[in-house]
Amino acid sequence: MSNGIPGVRAGFARGMIELRLAFSGAELVGQLLWPVATLVAVFLLRDVPIGPDYTLDTFILPGALGMFVALGMLLVVQQLAADREDGSLLRAKVTPNGIRAYLIGKLVQISATILAYLAILLLPGLVFVDGLDTGRPGSWLTFAWVLGLGLVATQAIGVFVGSFVSTSRGAGYVSLPVLGLIAISGIFAPITALPEWLQWVAQAFPVYWLGLGMRSALLPDAPAAIELHGSWRPVETAVVLGAWSLVGLVLAPIVLRRMTRRESGSRVAARRERALQRLG
Amino acid sequence: MNRPTRSVDRPVIEVEELRMRYGAVDVLKGVSFEVRRGEVVALLGPNGAGKSTTIEILEGLRARSAGRVEVLGVDPAHGGEDWRARSGIVLQSWRDHAKWRVRELLAYQGSLYARYTTERMPRPWDVDELLGAVGLSDHAGRRLSALSGGQRRRLDVAVGLVGRPELVYFDEPTAGLDPQARRDFHDLVRRVSRELDTTALITTHDLAEAEQLADRIIILTQGRIIADGTAEELARQIVGADEVRWVQGGDRRTRLVADSTAFARELLLEHGTAVSALEIRRASLEDTYLTLVREAETAAMVADEQELQGAAR
Repeated sequence: MSNGIPGVRAGFARGMIELRLAFSGAELVGQLLWPVATLVAVFLLRDVPIGPDYTLDTFILPGALGMFVALGMLLVVQQLAADREDGSLLRAKVTPNGIRAYLIGKLVQISATILAYLAILLLPGLVFVDGLDTGRPGSWLTFAWVLGLGLVATQAIGVFVGSFVSTSRGAGYVSLPVLGLIAISGIFAPITALPEWLQWVAQAFPVYWLGLGMRSALLPDAPAAIELHGSWRPVETAVVLGAWSLVGLVLAPIVLRRMTRRESGSRVAARRERALQRLG
Repeated sequence: MNRPTRSVDRPVIEVEELRMRYGAVDVLKGVSFEVRRGEVVALLGPNGAGKSTTIEILEGLRARSAGRVEVLGVDPAHGGEDWRARSGIVLQSWRDHAKWRVRELLAYQGSLYARYTTERMPRPWDVDELLGAVGLSDHAGRRLSALSGGQRRRLDVAVGLVGRPELVYFDEPTAGLDPQARRDFHDLVRRVSRELDTTALITTHDLAEAEQLADRIIILTQGRIIADGTAEELARQIVGADEVRWVQGGDRRTRLVADSTAFARELLLEHGTAVSALEIRRASLEDTYLTLVREAETAAMVADEQELQGAAR
């Protein structure tokens, strides 16, 4: 029991408990709502042609997968804020290696949650969406590394951003720019239709690259022609997602430490006080 | 850096000239006290006296402005995870992990202490044994959100104790509990602190609670310690006088004196039968404490008004 990095094993156990709680009872409806709604939208787009050879659902499905990976960032921000408000984070802080276990648990739970979202979209999608090219081993290899880098990058950024947000209300505000980013990231409309400066903004963040990476994994080569530079740009995808992962992994523990250093019983009580005032 | 100090003579908590300042406000103005191994000490004072600030500095949750602090032989500002494993914290306002089950949370918290087990101190506490000790065996499978206030507080004690801490903090442990739950809670704290031979520091604004639970009471008001001792010592120390009332020649008279017996003897020797309705009232700690609280609140109100006036200007 006393070997290994302290808190890691407990962190995985914690992640499994959180995962069970996230998918039980009333939570289940909320969890299933968005992926199922997105799946329905993809299904309805089967009849919208895009060019002579394809329909819109073929492009939206992989892009939506990328989007749900990116949403991991918002999940981290929201849950960090909620756990700060109710004192769960303080409990972690006053327990030896509790913060490490907490973070591992959070990343395990949110990664598994996102995998569940992707399964909800992908398993039916593979059946009814035409024009996908998933027979190659390369497509699943690409899917795997885009997914892996994407989970690390977006959740590390989530921890970083979440460290500056102390209330659920603040977490709500964070979701606005993220939704904006999704809108300009070529997931629902081709990025080539946007003004050039917006294209640059989109390309600075992981959402665009997650969508692109997922399209490169699941689509045949030909549609790459309508992407920017007429290519799937796998090297650029790996570099941008890798860079965000690296920056996130370096910065997140630093700002998280700064944030948890300031957690105390009276702060938790004061935040709850404010929250109650808003309700009342 | 965090070598455990095993010396028996060394106090578990040493605080010397502790100062804390937020902006221009001095919350702690040079606080000094010690807590010895096995002692149960109450830090008593009205709201805003600086109790929570003091305890949060000791817990390592807050950086102090000045002074020397050692808890279990380590400066809390530099306490590592192994130091943290030796103390437990019971806050008044825990409402975390609302969806978890009682047993689940206790087992999870306990698992984080396992690596800090020593020959003398096997960690963590057995979960079922602990659930039994706090009277929650029947609720082990319930969600935390389904517990009553008193049950929740008992779970908080269990979580605070699950790592078999050498030192436990109780921060306003019975705030918001009904009288019965309060009494149960007091019984529980007295029992576990005796059984586990744990050192405990309790903050409270309630004198009765301090008298119930603590071997020693430290009264903190306005950021200063004004008294430190057992309840009887405090009664002498801060009251220092008994109230003597009598009627003499139709007049009611009242006098505060240190030695009421000697005073009464002299009074009767001098005036004899002219004295009637002689009455000596024992110094009451409660009266004195309430007076202190009133003074502190008045001072705080004055400070608030000054602040308001300052803001209006």
